[in-house]
Amino acid sequence: MNRTEVTTDGLKGARPDREATTGVNTGPGTPDLPTTARRRRGGERPVVPDAEFRSYYGQAIINRPVWESRDIAGYLFLGGLAGASSLYAAVSQLTGRRRSARVAKVTASGAAALSLAALVHDLGRRGRFLNMLRTFKPTSPMSVGSWLLAAYGPATTLAAASEVTQLLPVVGGLATAGAAFLGPGVATYTAALVCNTAVPAWHDGYRQMPFVFAASAASSAAGVVLAASPVAEAGPARLLGAVSGAAELATGEWMRKEMGLAAEAFDEGKASRYHRLSRPLLAAGVLGAVAGRRSRLAAAAGGAALFAGSALTRLAIFHAGLVSAADPRYTVVPQRERLARVGGETTRAGERGPGPGER
Amino acid sequence: MTTNPFAQLLEDADPATAAGWTDHPPRVGFFTDTSVCIGCKACEVACKEWNHVPEDGLRFTGMSYDNTIGLGADTWRHVAFIEQEKRIGRQVTGAATSDGDRGDDDDGHAVRWLMSSDVCKHCTHAACLDVCPTGALFRTEFGTVVVQEDICNGCGYCIPACPYGVIDQRRGDGRAWKCTLCYDRLGVGAEPACAKACPTNSIQFGVLDELRERADRRLAQLHDAGIGDARLYGRDPEDGVGGDGAFFLLLDEPEVYGLPPDPVVTTRDLPQMWRRTASAAVLLAGLVGASFLRRTR
Repeated sequence: MNRTEVTTDGLKGARPDREATTGVNTGPGTPDLPTTARRRRGGERPVVPDAEFRSYYGQAIINRPVWESRDIAGYLFLGGLAGASSLYAAVSQLTGRRRSARVAKVTASGAAALSLAALVHDLGRRGRFLNMLRTFKPTSPMSVGSWLLAAYGPATTLAAASEVTQLLPVVGGLATAGAAFLGPGVATYTAALVCNTAVPAWHDGYRQMPFVFAASAASSAAGVVLAASPVAEAGPARLLGAVSGAAELATGEWMRKEMGLAAEAFDEGKASRYHRLSRPLLAAGVLGAVAGRRSRLAAAAGGAALFAGSALTRLAIFHAGLVSAADPRYTVVPQRERLARVGGETTRAGERGPGPGER
Repeated sequence: MTTNPFAQLLEDADPATAAGWTDHPPRVGFFTDTSVCIGCKACEVACKEWNHVPEDGLRFTGMSYDNTIGLGADTWRHVAFIEQEKRIGRQVTGAATSDGDRGDDDDGHAVRWLMSSDVCKHCTHAACLDVCPTGALFRTEFGTVVVQEDICNGCGYCIPACPYGVIDQRRGDGRAWKCTLCYDRLGVGAEPACAKACPTNSIQFGVLDELRERADRRLAQLHDAGIGDARLYGRDPEDGVGGDGAFFLLLDEPEVYGLPPDPVVTTRDLPQMWRRTASAAVLLAGLVGASFLRRTR
């Protein structure tokens, strides 16, 4: 027990307060232990960083995304479907394929409307959805996307309404062109949105995911046109479906190959189920698209397979993110490896080097 | 890095200045020295009382004396508790195992309790703030990061953006919540409630530059005393988040306390994400266009 006394020589026995050095034997009566033995037992850390992975009772480091799978994974898919469909509709119309243009326009407007509904539904405060347009921030893909959708959504509605009613063809044409111009952005910006997080299976795929999303968007749009247009008009959709389905498979593999440890999240839980199901469906869709020239049935089946395969690709990515957020291994191990690469223990970012007790 | 369009955002040393504040007070923060933390959780209680933070679940984790688990919408201070078969410096524990074994050198088995009060880091480059689409999250004149609850629409983007797992959505409320570094108290010159309540001065509030100097002295003191495990976490302005406004002195690796060993603000990679997104959009347009080039219908 320390007791502070004021003496002519100043304070005596003052408490060390925050300067207390726990674990140091300084008081009277403590055994005089051989210092070297103490140091070996207590203060020393291995020179080579621990290979074993450590965590706080296995608790997650980052917080779990609160986004609902139905709303946000659904939106990733629907946004892609809408964006690619708008583009397809415009080129279809330009090349005189009226019926597939109509299919694509209606698909785009329906998917865009469902997207908006899903996005508003996922908000914690739905009544405040207009706050999304309160500011514009290029550092927030969600802000950029909100402005994009604010222009794109109405354009798809106008384009589809004009197409179906045959009213205001000039306005409809402008809206079709506008939606086609914004469509590719709508289809791909969502990759930047999910990658721009600390979720390992999302962030670590940022170099490839925009291309996966672009291919997946084209697959789903081609799938709908394949399934719902006459064979005579569906030539471009067959080609697009075959190429984008194959590209979706290839870019997906590329992404997982490059993302390091986080790729393992695609082999766990729901992510694994969706991932394993999406690949054969996409492959079947490619075959169906190729065979669709001779058989309406093959085209319809191939289109449906592409559509479902594309949706499952987005679901797999979404759930891989959740898996990688819940397990601290996905956060800690790559960060440890990065630290080891840039110079090991002594130059670690955010930490000071080892002190005399360690040498 | 002049090619980086967000260079200004990422490189200005003082976050309040970078956010457009002129003539602002110096940046403040916390230095949490876990070597003197006794795990009393007065900080958790004081924070809840002052900020009216609701109950965060009466759960028994069975893992340690920590039943709070981690930071979230309703937990703005969290005291981690770790029991290790290891000594702090030259500590004599006198501890024996259940069969009376006192170890090989009479002064007891090696055992130590690490306790650490975790909190929002108020990063120099804060991902939560960068991704917030509504502007609800903002940089205060003190250099801290605060959510404006009357603007947040609960989009949830800040939650996976935070590399530390700090901010979260409050159930039944829908909005995102986190430590404000007691913005209301700072405004009247008072220190944050947790620091005020801390009985051992483990949580030290002050001007960040002064705290960093104090932390360096404290680290040297502990190293001289043979406690080589001591290291500072989040103190370095050159780290992946530009340094933390709330930084720590730890006695083991960060991940043992549930902290990421090398967090990086995701905004650092965003320019490249945008470039790749633009390339992918152009490719998508090209792919769709090219599929119409063939003559066959």
